[in-house]
Formats: sequence, structure tokens, C-alpha cells
Amino acid sequence: MNDAAQANVFSRTRDMVPLAISVRGLVKHFGDVKAVDGIDLDVPRGMIFAMLGPNGAGKTTLIRVLATLLSPDAGTATIMDHDLAAEPQAVRGSIAMTGQFASLDEDLTGRENLVMLARLWGFAGRRAKERADELLAAFDLSEAAGKQVKSYSGGMRRKLDIAASLIVTPGVLFLDEPTTGLDPKARQGVWRMIRQLAQSGVTILLTTQYLEEADQLAARIAVIDHGRKIAEGTSHELKSTIGSGFLHVALADPARLDEAEALLEARLRNTVQRSAEGARLSIIAGTPKAANEALAALISAGIELADFSMGSPSLDEVFFALTGQPLEDEAEEEHP
Amino acid sequence: MSDISPATLSNVARPPRPSAFSNALVFGWRAILKFKHVPEQLFDLVMTPLMFTLLFTFVFGGALAGSTGEYLQFFLPGILVQTVVFNSVYSGMGLSTDLSKGLFERFRSLPIWSLSPFAGLMVGDVLRHVIAGLIILGVGLVLGYRPEAGFIGVVASFLLLIVIGFGVGWIFIVLGLLISTPMTVMTIGFTFIFPLVFASNIMVQPETMPDWLEAFVVRNPVSHMTTALRGLMAGTATGGDVLLALVAPAVLTLVLAPVTLWLYRRN
Repeated sequence: MNDAAQANVFSRTRDMVPLAISVRGLVKHFGDVKAVDGIDLDVPRGMIFAMLGPNGAGKTTLIRVLATLLSPDAGTATIMDHDLAAEPQAVRGSIAMTGQFASLDEDLTGRENLVMLARLWGFAGRRAKERADELLAAFDLSEAAGKQVKSYSGGMRRKLDIAASLIVTPGVLFLDEPTTGLDPKARQGVWRMIRQLAQSGVTILLTTQYLEEADQLAARIAVIDHGRKIAEGTSHELKSTIGSGFLHVALADPARLDEAEALLEARLRNTVQRSAEGARLSIIAGTPKAANEALAALISAGIELADFSMGSPSLDEVFFALTGQPLEDEAEEEHP
Repeated sequence: MSDISPATLSNVARPPRPSAFSNALVFGWRAILKFKHVPEQLFDLVMTPLMFTLLFTFVFGGALAGSTGEYLQFFLPGILVQTVVFNSVYSGMGLSTDLSKGLFERFRSLPIWSLSPFAGLMVGDVLRHVIAGLIILGVGLVLGYRPEAGFIGVVASFLLLIVIGFGVGWIFIVLGLLISTPMTVMTIGFTFIFPLVFASNIMVQPETMPDWLEAFVVRNPVSHMTTALRGLMAGTATGGDVLLALVAPAVLTLVLAPVTLWLYRRN
């Protein structure tokens, strides 16, 4: 089969996979702030899809619109075959959302929180308690089930919050920065949970500020900046458009930054990105050989290095490559 | 963290859609759980009116009415009105807390009757009013208060108190939706409520007040509520008294319920 035929088959296969989420030209403004400024999105069923971007890029606003918490100013969205504007109640019936801040009743126990939600979904009497206990056991929270949520650790709250989204298996689960504020061990646990959920057929749309998280979890990644989608693809596709093989150097003498920058740019024919703190420079080197030669050039020019490393691009570098601007928090905070 | 057992995720289907009433009951159940987990709120609820009852009766009673017994007979129905009006603040504060914690985000993303969380607040309110009312009435009975209309009068009075609490509750629910800090909800709410409660006929008859104040007091809705409640307890209330007492709760509900709905739905 030649390439063209293969591409054709591929695109047809993709067309046949039913979409969980389909968004066209979605806009949400808060006064003059264009939080979401015309976004298109297609997420096939069963996929983990990540939206990557800095604070204030519009990720949370987009998720809140899709979860029926905000009404869009323009554009359309279909979630699990239900139109967002026409059938919000049907959309609510097929989604679940775990926000950035635990949406739990702090005064109630973990079990009572889940029983309350199970009853709201329509599980009656004993069945609601059974469902709560199943989830508590599944999330390793049985021991803390009878304690008030206000005594829970951050990781436990996040687990309970995700459990609360799974009372009824949702078609689409929205996770807004699911691991922000968690320690590395808890983060690994949440990642494993997300993968297991996706294996069971749940479509997951998550937001993150960490390239690594998107890289680890998501089949496709959309990079969001100033309310717009500036890139989309698999992790591999994105990295290859950005370029791999970043060389990071730290100088012993900050006074020679300009000199080192000029030298690296001349050698590697790329743009150097200066780090905000310290005398650090990053540049796409391409291959280890090219990096090695550039380092040799620095040393023979008498520029002393405090440190150097080769690595994959950081989120800062992804942003720099895509927008030509360093990554900064854009708004003070996303609009409530 | 252990793995999620596959059974948990094997597509747990949605049960039949519960009724709006059943949704509201769940929120009522939540309000009752709050009493279990935060028993301090009962203390707040009852201590202030109890202090008022005891201090006013024994410190001012003799001077105001000739004897503490006679003053208690006059004052107790009033303190019940005051208690219900003041305690209406709790649902507004609770609402403000829920909103600041993001709990309402989850409720709003669920396929439930959108007003059921408010119905739950009302259930909590009614419970609070009945509990606080019974305790104060109990203390009053011990101190020598006697409702002449007997049991029927007490039941009628409590029904009126619940309606009053329901009406006044809207003020704090609207404030709770508008203001994100629970303490500010209380402060602003009391700024309105305090003058209404004190410039009324709850503590004293208005005849000795300056003319301008008396003119206000006799028109104050809280005075109408108190007059009706005294009448119901004593068995002397006319239909007109009760209707006058119901005007303010009815107007508050008619005006503020749609406002609540609008505030809740405007993102």
C-alpha cells in the first residue's frame, strides 16, 4: 500500500470513530477578556485528550462551558451526541467533572458525600450506600470513609473528588488540572487511575500545565494560548514540530551571556531562549553530536560552564517555539 | 494507591431519573447531617435568644411591665419572631460557603432539578426554626410563660414562624449568592435586620417612642409578625392580624425567588 492510500484509510478510520466531543468556533468572553476565542475540537470516544497551556490560557473556561456551567457567547458543541445549547440536561447526564478545587462537602464524611451524590443520581436507599462503598474501596478510601472530609489530605480529597465523578460511569470525564498540588506519589496514582478509566471506555478531557503529564497520558494534545488552539497533535507530532534535543547550558560567569548566546546561535543556527532566572540558555541542538560541537566551541572560547544538559523541550520551550514568546501566566487568574 | 477494581468501572448505568422532590429530599438530608457534624451551630442558634429572654425578662422586665412574669408573657412571642428572623442568616452563610468551595459547581453539572439545592436550604431552615423555637418556648414555660390558646395556639404560632423564616430566608439566600465571604453575608444581612427587629414592638409597646419612630414601628413588618404571633399564642388573633403578618413574607418570596433563580442561572 502506498503512503497516499494508507493516509486515506487512516482518515476514513478516524471519521468512523464516533466523536465524544465536537466543538466548533466556541467563544466565551468575560467583558474585554477573551477567555475562549474561537476553539474547534474533536475528541474521539475512549480517548485521553489533553489541553496544555499556562494559567489563564482559557482551558478551565472551555471545560466549564462544556460542563454546562457557563453558556458560550458563540459557537456550538456536541457531547455524546447531545447538543450543548439545546439539551443541557442530557449533556449533564453523560458527563462528570472534577474541578481544580475539590467540590466536596467538608463537614460531611467521605461516605456521606458519595451517598449524597449517588442519591442525587437516583440510586435509592441501600443501593446508594453500596455504590458509595464500592467507590470508597476502589479508591482505597474505606478506612477514611467515616471521617469528615475536612480532615483529608490533598491526595485523598482528589481521589474522593474523582470517585464522586464516577457514581455513574460517565461518557466524558472532564478533569481540570487533576494533579496540580499533589506530591509525586499521589500524582502517579492519579495518572494510573486516569489510564484505567480510559481503558474502560471513558473519554477523558483533561487540562494541564505540565508537558510531561500530557505526554504520559494523552493520545492527543491541544496547546492552548490566549483562548486559542495554537497546535494539536500526538505528543510525538508536537515534539517533532518543536524540535527535539534541547541543549541547556548554565554559565559560571553571567557577564558572558551575550557572547555565549551569539556563539550558540551561530553554531546551531537556532534561536537561543534565555531562562528567566540565572545565566541559563536553551537552544535546539538537534543531535548530540551538534550539541557536543557547540559545547566544545564554548569551552575553546574560554566560557566556563557551571552546568549543561540535553533534554526534551520543557513547556516553556514548547511555548517559545510555538508562540515566539516565553511562557507567562496570562491573566491573573481564570475568571470564576 | 491501589488500582481501581474493574468491577467499579464496568459501566455502572444511570438509574431511572429521580423526581425533583426526591432531589430536594437529598439536600434536606444533607442539612440534617450538618446538625450531626456541626453541633456547634445549635449552640449559636439558641444561645443568643436565650440570653435575650433571660436578660430582658429579669433586668428590664420589672421596670418595663411592672413584674418579670407579666413582661415574659408579653416578650416571649416577640423573642420567637426575633430568633427566626436572625437565624435565617444561616442558610445564606451556608450557601456562600458552598459557592466558595466549588460544591455548587458539581451540583450544577448534575442532571438534577436545578432548584433542589435551595429546597434543601429551606429544609435546614425549617429545622433550625423549629428546634430553636421549641427550646425557647420550653425555657419560657419553665419561667412561667403560659400560652392561653394552648396547644393549638402553639402549633399555629410555629406554622406562622416557619412562613416568616421562609420569607426572610430569601434575603440571605440572595446575599449568599452575591457575596463570596460568609461573614460578610452575616454582617450585611444584620445591617438590614437589626433596625427592623429593634425598632419594632418585640421588646416594648411603641407608645412611649417619639412620634416619627412610633410611625415607623407600627408600620414595621416585624411588628405585624409579632402582633400576630402574640395573638395566636393568646387566642386573640384576628384573620387581619395574620394576613398583615404574611404580607412581608409573601412579598419577599414573590420578589426574591425569581431574583434567586436568575442569579443562580446567570453563571
